[in-house]
Amino acid sequence: MFVINCPYCGEREQSEFKAGGEAHIVRPKQPTELSDDEWAEYLFMRKNIKGLQFERWVHTHGCRKWFNVARDTSNDIIKAVYKMGEKPPSK
Amino acid sequence: MKKKYSIFSLIKNAFSYHENWGKAWKDPVPKKEYEAVIVGGGGHGLATAYYLAKKHNMRNIAVVEKGWIGGGNTGRNTTIIRSNYLWDASAGLYDHALKIWEGLSQELNYNVMFSQRGVMNLAHNLQDVRDLKRRTHANRLNGIDAVYLNTDEVKKFCPIINTSPDIRYPVLGGTLQRRAGTARHDAVAWGYARGADAMGVDIIQNCEVKGIKRNGDNIEGIETTKGFIKTKKIGVVAAGHSSVIADMAGLKLPLESKPLQALVSEPVKPVIDTVVMSNAVHAYVSQSDKGELVIGAGTDDYVSYSQKGSHDIVEGTLNAILELYPIFSRMRMLRQWGGIVDICPDASPIISKTSIKGLYFNCGWGTGGFKATPGSGDLFAHTIANDEPHKLNAAFNINRFISGDLVDEHGAAAVAH
Repeated sequence: MFVINCPYCGEREQSEFKAGGEAHIVRPKQPTELSDDEWAEYLFMRKNIKGLQFERWVHTHGCRKWFNVARDTSNDIIKAVYKMGEKPPSK
Repeated sequence: MKKKYSIFSLIKNAFSYHENWGKAWKDPVPKKEYEAVIVGGGGHGLATAYYLAKKHNMRNIAVVEKGWIGGGNTGRNTTIIRSNYLWDASAGLYDHALKIWEGLSQELNYNVMFSQRGVMNLAHNLQDVRDLKRRTHANRLNGIDAVYLNTDEVKKFCPIINTSPDIRYPVLGGTLQRRAGTARHDAVAWGYARGADAMGVDIIQNCEVKGIKRNGDNIEGIETTKGFIKTKKIGVVAAGHSSVIADMAGLKLPLESKPLQALVSEPVKPVIDTVVMSNAVHAYVSQSDKGELVIGAGTDDYVSYSQKGSHDIVEGTLNAILELYPIFSRMRMLRQWGGIVDICPDASPIISKTSIKGLYFNCGWGTGGFKATPGSGDLFAHTIANDEPHKLNAAFNINRFISGDLVDEHGAAAVAH
């Protein structure tokens, strides 16, 4: 259980949010060109990192906006919160 | 050869106040080289080693465990065993395990306290009723015992359930698998460890894997906190940490590791003599031989390796428990904990070869791996020894995520994930 600092609403309990999984997975530009391996990579394969992970969250019970979070998955400590479309912070 | 456990050894040791029982397994220093190394000393890993030694005569093998054996998800689950899965592939896999469970205590000469007290799955809405009826028919076509119960029959089988029609999630019926039940989780790990050790398997605890050494597409060995171990075959059974080990070999897996919580109450006199699972409201309850209620919750929806989950998940589960069992309203909970479960997109496991020769993965058991322990070990041992899957685990290969031939047990497996 932890607190997430929504970039639009401020600090709220994690239970107000829904996790959207790994961030920065780029949607294929030309889906018809994709091989089965590339589809598997896009749809199913995940880094599932133990440590600093960039992930998407949505404030389901609040502003309902999506944003990105940099969180250490080994202890659930959030290092940074940044908006959709922004690059992950370098430190 | 180890001394056999029996009534006579029990009496003999009583005279020395049970202080002179021999060690059930050795505490060896790792050798320089093994024929195969199993990464992960939980139930599945130890069972794999046991069957490698017993059925495939591979005795120069080791199990490396970063903590103590059975200290991960083996010691953290709610010990439910059943095989009432919808799809043919899953039914084959889980019923194979259930059949081994039925003779396991005798085979291991170790009481795993397997108790076929039945598992009942409840339906709370019309869709549940249809799904559970469909699953009952599918089970019976696969030779798995299953019956559908109406509300009165549910009440008769487990009288403490509140079957009043005016609760938030009324009980409209349920399924019952009588051969299903529970077992003592620690004993499973210890029994397999003792059995494997007796056949010459080295069980090395407090030995964490730090790296996998590859030469092209071949395995050369593993780097551990107790030094480098040379081997040509590695079987990874690391549950929640499977992705971490895969990353060491440069592989990516279709897994997400999430916290799954459980809790136990203070011990009370026998009050519930079966296992009742309710998928719709994520409340699973049984009673241990010590008298504690063993309660399982759902997973959190975010990736975490922290072995602790969110409070609201436990709260939701206990709300459901109290509505279904008003008799528990004044029970106090003693302990709560989390385990890290590795979940596949189709909620079915992976027991498979990989693109790297000699590297095998047994993972993705998600929220329900304990029940499969003996079958998983047996089939993974077969896969490692023959470099080919057994027909029962062929469908659970890693390439199904490329071919699209998924075993989609999401919601179909009697439990919502």
